[in-house]
Amino acid sequence: MKETPLSNCERRFLLRAIEEKKRLDGRQTYDYRNIKITFGTDYGCCIVELGKTRVLGQVSCELVSPKLNRATEGILFFNLELSQMAAPAFEPGRQSDLLVKLNRLLERCLRNSKCIDTESLCVVAGEKVWQIRVDLHLLNHDGNIIDAASIAAIVALCHFRRPDVSVQGDEVTLYTPEERDPVPLSIHHMPICVSFAFFQQGTYLLVDPNEREERVMDGLLVIAMNKHREICTIQSSGGIMLLKDQVLRCSKIAGVKVLEITELIQKALENDQKVRKEGGKFGFAESIASQRITAFKMEKAPIDTSDVEEKAEEIIAEAEPPSEVYLYWVVFSGTEFISLLASLGIWEGVHTEVCFLKHCFVREAFKIQDSD
Amino acid sequence: MAGLELLSDQGYRVDGRRAGELRKIQARMGVFAQADGSAYIEQGNTKALAVVYGPHEIRGSRARALPDRALVNCQYSSATFSTGERKRRPHGDRKSCEMGLQLRQTFEAAILTQLHPRSQIDIYVQVLQADGGTYAACVNAATLAVLDAGIPMRDFVCACSAGFVDSTALADLSHVEEAAGGPQLALALLPASGQLALLEMDARLHEDHLEQVLEAAARAARDVHTLLDRVVRQHVREASILLGD
Repeated sequence: MKETPLSNCERRFLLRAIEEKKRLDGRQTYDYRNIKITFGTDYGCCIVELGKTRVLGQVSCELVSPKLNRATEGILFFNLELSQMAAPAFEPGRQSDLLVKLNRLLERCLRNSKCIDTESLCVVAGEKVWQIRVDLHLLNHDGNIIDAASIAAIVALCHFRRPDVSVQGDEVTLYTPEERDPVPLSIHHMPICVSFAFFQQGTYLLVDPNEREERVMDGLLVIAMNKHREICTIQSSGGIMLLKDQVLRCSKIAGVKVLEITELIQKALENDQKVRKEGGKFGFAESIASQRITAFKMEKAPIDTSDVEEKAEEIIAEAEPPSEVYLYWVVFSGTEFISLLASLGIWEGVHTEVCFLKHCFVREAFKIQDSD
Repeated sequence: MAGLELLSDQGYRVDGRRAGELRKIQARMGVFAQADGSAYIEQGNTKALAVVYGPHEIRGSRARALPDRALVNCQYSSATFSTGERKRRPHGDRKSCEMGLQLRQTFEAAILTQLHPRSQIDIYVQVLQADGGTYAACVNAATLAVLDAGIPMRDFVCACSAGFVDSTALADLSHVEEAAGGPQLALALLPASGQLALLEMDARLHEDHLEQVLEAAARAARDVHTLLDRVVRQHVREASILLGD
């Protein structure tokens, strides 16, 4: 299914809001959305939720013969798939550009930065090495796939345990998990991608764009760093022209963000380790809290509505009555209301102002229709 | 290769260059009569060929036509004999696709696409010998080819690679220096405004050194601009002599 195009009204609304340093979900310019990490029952399986964007990561391993020119190193394989449930626009034939870009970025970020010690994956030089395969699936697309995917990949790799092997002369013994405890991979550092979206020819920038903001952005700059402030990858995309000091400023911001995210990851890994050791329940099913009234509630977005009361009245008083008015009966809640209103009033010459107050506007809309 | 120092104590690199020195660049425009624009560039041992067709009508589906600008289509191809070992590269593989996307991104920013709505500009780049800095050579060759085709651009697009060894930034890496595994930065610059059309970096580099490496790459790109400018002027002079002006 082709992507529904964004209306000009909504585009203008988003850009105006960004100029006034306001984001639709109430975040500041450098704020990340809520990151939630849950682990599955098997080692190496995790789901990372960045706001509503959800990525599932799974690591698996296999003994294979090594590449000819790298006989003493293991093989790392990364694959990100945009599944159709993530967004209606992701169809098997249509995704190629985005898919290639994301996959190459992930490969460069994780493989070229040498975060995993590939020499430790060698079992018998030239004959048997471990092939580690990281499969990432995008389950829900709400913007910023690359950050969520990089977090999922590194968390899954840190969480994974491979079977223990021992080599005696020519014999290689592979132990099952029951015989010997599986061994974690040797990871040097954790590279995490941070995305910066640029608007209005590079004048404004936002960290962690959500899906709407991604649609109106001019371009994206992705900086992958680890907590030691080493830059692993930089990639600019989308045709924006950057200046050197913009890049340097972004790298400083990225350093701060990566520290926060790395702490979060460490805590999540420790928690999971503790739960498994104590014999508690773990896995995806356990992480969804059921049988509680608040199990599926949406989090409240902090929006500053203190000065909106007077503004709404002023706006409506100044607005010219439109030639035609369509009144929509809808049931709405929270931020969906605002984006719905933004897509109304798309006629030429009608200047529609949208405010954050819900009931006032509907009341006024009734008034306008009566005065026709 | 143990014991191969990329930067000696006296400040010389493996091929005898200094840290900020570029390799020898030789370029020629108008190599093919058939194409609208073409160019060939040699940066040291890296040889790249670029061919431009356009602006012409959109091939394939008309639905892809953009109502207000031209579509830029870039394809990158690396010859099987371009590297040390003969490697057969399938046409649609990820690395070629990625290069094509990056070239497109670079040139969409530089070409004045608003002047040719509903048209398509094709840029085909072929690498004949890869000795490091392939992206940079491709961009430089494509710039010359676009200029040869007479398509208006905002400015030259000059690209160069840079690395970092022993707390010194190296400009224009060769294959040996790239294979050593240190950080590599590739940068495409519009010299007059100093804006970066594309920035790409691989492998670990500490944040404090980023400015130094960016500066070295930008300076090298400006040097490339001086050389390319000279090539273009020479070509125009020759062409006008032939026309008898």
